[in-house]
Amino acid sequence: MAVLDILTYPDPRLKQTSSPVSSFDAPLRDFIADLEETLLAHPGCVGLAAPQAGRFERIVVLDVSGKPQVPNNGRLTLINPEIVRADGSAVGREGCLSVPDYTGNVARAEKIALKAFDSYGRECLYRMEGFEARAALHEIDHLDGLLFLDRLVSRRNALFRRKNYGLSGAAKTNPS
Amino acid sequence: MKNWFMLTLVGKDRPGIVAKVSAALYRGGANLGEASMTRLGGNFAVMLMTQYEGPPEALEKIVAPVAGGLALRLHIDPIEGELHRHVEPNVRVSVYGADRAGIVAEVTGALAEAGLNILDLESDVGGSSQRPIYIMHIEGHAEGGADKVKRIMEALTKEKNIEVQIAPIDTLLG
Repeated sequence: MAVLDILTYPDPRLKQTSSPVSSFDAPLRDFIADLEETLLAHPGCVGLAAPQAGRFERIVVLDVSGKPQVPNNGRLTLINPEIVRADGSAVGREGCLSVPDYTGNVARAEKIALKAFDSYGRECLYRMEGFEARAALHEIDHLDGLLFLDRLVSRRNALFRRKNYGLSGAAKTNPS
Repeated sequence: MKNWFMLTLVGKDRPGIVAKVSAALYRGGANLGEASMTRLGGNFAVMLMTQYEGPPEALEKIVAPVAGGLALRLHIDPIEGELHRHVEPNVRVSVYGADRAGIVAEVTGALAEAGLNILDLESDVGGSSQRPIYIMHIEGHAEGGADKVKRIMEALTKEKNIEVQIAPIDTLLG
């Protein structure tokens, strides 16, 4: 186990697209253990993508369960994740270990469904909303070489939060 | 030793202000930091952190000709500030209502009482001349978070007939 070094922008490697995982083997699980240890080494951090640690494969670790009153799926490993459904849109504040000392507003889907494999190659379906959905979308972006800096919206546009979060009136959005 | 200055430039808005001012500073060897620039009521207002090796008089010599050419008033203050001193906001306040005297004083007075330190404020007047509406967005930091601010602001909203929304800013770190 080891705490891995985090690449920081403007390292050009953060802008590259990562490859799908094809072997669900012990070395993969060793790397995921390191990625989880690295996540734990950064208090307040709720997710990490493998490319942030210099490994350009489609692997994300995610855990928003430490946040009070945030619906969540617990501690997750998402391999080759694929968004299968995205609904609604909300603006929220994001920061990133790979972009120190800066935070900004980003619009993300409010509810998502995603398919991903676990570290043993089993396919799982997750439903996520709010903060957890935002975290997953932020990390999955890393796999495609995208940072939250690529999605900033002006604070002027971050108008009132809708009072009603019912999905009936919310537009379906494509997060990609 | 390079020192930081706050440059303030204000004047009638026209195309090219930012380009001309920043080009003059670049040619003069100055380095730019954080900035806020916006059009307010047909004027353009620039607040610009500038790093420069030399006294304020020398910096003024670099900017004054271009500022004069653009009819901008120029003000230069040496500051103690530095980069990388961000404070993360944890509360967002949105306000709107029929425009009238006292909205800002009432709202920000209550916010100060609630312990909110304003980090960013921008406001606008929309609607029509006959029926203007005032819109304001504030981001700030409060020790007690959004809930405490909300409790204190609720009374104000009821009394003053303005719409105030207070929401936590829960910054995601990923």
